[in-house]
Amino acid sequence: MSERSTGTVHIEGARRVASTRADLQVSEDHHLCPGCGHPVAWRILLEVIQELSLAQRAIGVVGHGCYTNIVRMADIDFLQCLHGRAPAVATGVKRVQPQAAVFTLQGDGDMASEGLAEVLHAAARAEKITAIMLNNGVFGDTGGQMTAASVVGQRTKTSLEGRTPELHGYPVPVAELVAALPGAAYVARGAVNTAGGVAQTKRYLKRAFETQTSGAGFSLVEVLTMCPTGWFVPTAEGPGYLAESMQPTYPTGALKDLHRPA
Amino acid sequence: MTATLLQGSRAIADSAIAAGCRFFAGYPMLPFTDLLEAMSAKMPDVGGTCINADSEIEAVNMVLGAGAAGARAATGSCGQGIALMQEAIAEAALNEVPMVVFNMARGQQDYWQATRGGGWGDYRTLTLAPKDVAEAVFHTQLLFHLADTYRAPVCLYGDYLVAHTHMSVDVGPIDFGPPPDKSWALDGTAGGTGHARQIWTWAMGRDDAPGPGPDIHWRRLAGKFAAMGDAEARYESFRCEDAEWVVVSFGTAGPFIDYVVEELRAEGLRVGSFRPITLWPFPESALFEAASRARGVLVYEVNAGQMIDDVRLALRGQVPASFIGGVSIDASGMRQGDLLTVAAIRSRVLDAIGVGSGDNG
Repeated sequence: MSERSTGTVHIEGARRVASTRADLQVSEDHHLCPGCGHPVAWRILLEVIQELSLAQRAIGVVGHGCYTNIVRMADIDFLQCLHGRAPAVATGVKRVQPQAAVFTLQGDGDMASEGLAEVLHAAARAEKITAIMLNNGVFGDTGGQMTAASVVGQRTKTSLEGRTPELHGYPVPVAELVAALPGAAYVARGAVNTAGGVAQTKRYLKRAFETQTSGAGFSLVEVLTMCPTGWFVPTAEGPGYLAESMQPTYPTGALKDLHRPA
Repeated sequence: MTATLLQGSRAIADSAIAAGCRFFAGYPMLPFTDLLEAMSAKMPDVGGTCINADSEIEAVNMVLGAGAAGARAATGSCGQGIALMQEAIAEAALNEVPMVVFNMARGQQDYWQATRGGGWGDYRTLTLAPKDVAEAVFHTQLLFHLADTYRAPVCLYGDYLVAHTHMSVDVGPIDFGPPPDKSWALDGTAGGTGHARQIWTWAMGRDDAPGPGPDIHWRRLAGKFAAMGDAEARYESFRCEDAEWVVVSFGTAGPFIDYVVEELRAEGLRVGSFRPITLWPFPESALFEAASRARGVLVYEVNAGQMIDDVRLALRGQVPASFIGGVSIDASGMRQGDLLTVAAIRSRVLDAIGVGSGDNG
């Protein structure tokens, strides 16, 4: 990495000073591809932790994927765990440190493919944790293979002509599955492909952490993120491709909110 | 000292709680089930947590999280379920999270699983194999101490005899000195201070505070496991001083061997018994010494011949070793068969040393 910047950018003409990174971010090098949506999701996650004054209570349990790099650029206690198992690991952490704000960060390969059992059982047990799935519908870290969340028609290296129900079945809608469980208190799906979507997703994350700290139950936020590299589309087309290909299968919105303020 | 008549599983649960275990997770499977039930009954009384997990994979990963958060934590199963846990046991070895794994095995066919493991990477799991309930009670507390001392997963190799036998035991806390430092454990309080903690098998650290990375981290771990190997070998040697024949066994087979040795000694045969208490590290130099004056070593284990590999490595070709054990399972598939009897063992020993009874058990 090059020399550390101060984290602020001075635009002389406009006479503005704007932060380029969240307070809990120690580096602007996200180690990921141009056009990737994950760093946007990381940033709003870190901002929510800061804004809810949870920085010195937060423990992140991170699975295996491109997003694992958050461990290298955020000043938070982290446990990097096995692929798919983060909700089980986070269960152990939370039961031992009940005052902590414990969250998982997983991809769709991690949560929907390898670890579907772990997230469903953690939700069923009403564990007081916040599970976050960054869903780009593809294995980004290994170079663009099909996950359980790849939408019908999506071309991947293991579905070259596009995912077909005949050959590959249908994608797993994790948010809807989790929302069906009584132990889940808050479930939402956001997307970071537009400015409005980023703001909305940040509100969902905030609500999810508030659900945890109030003790209401399990919370999950699924975040649709861009992976132009894994989708084999030009970088600039990532946000539009997400809207066209993923959002018809994965509608955004709050699916469940049992913890309503009095 | 207060002795209480307890079933083995219950005694182990009480001993674990006396050692400070406050998190337990498991998935039912005989003969481990009784330990899970005992933990489930006892943990609420001490403010601990016992989770009836939905798979062995879930259970061991919960324990990894609890251990990373600073608790004395444990799980268990029998060999089949321990097989499902191997990935997480290896992970705990490589990211240095202490945990205790109770293998309440259905027999002695898990020796390779216990001593070689089925996970990836350069790691070993210290494994204690008690001969009876009383030793299991001591081993349980020793294991929590060793897990914290070395920041490593460690195992108890029990079986249905340890799990189900009733014995009068003292399950009070044993003093192993000051508890090892756990300032590395995650509690969330360091976030935003520039000193947040990380537990990560690759040990890469943060961009503003780089870690050693996998090459240096894994070399250091290899050194740690080598040091454990040098320091932690335990064994029991019985009448080996002048033995012409040394019988090597492990776990609950040990007392059967000792009984046969006493019988044969009374008949004038110079036989001894050697039992590794740690399966890893295997007490190589102690066995080499115990067998140095013997004509031969006989390896008795109720499996197709697993520990004999370690026996031969320990003997360095200086003393011949022959196998007198074998696969022996009862009709239920849950426990050892007729080979684990004094009559069968006596017959096999006599055959091997050339004064055979002709009846091969």
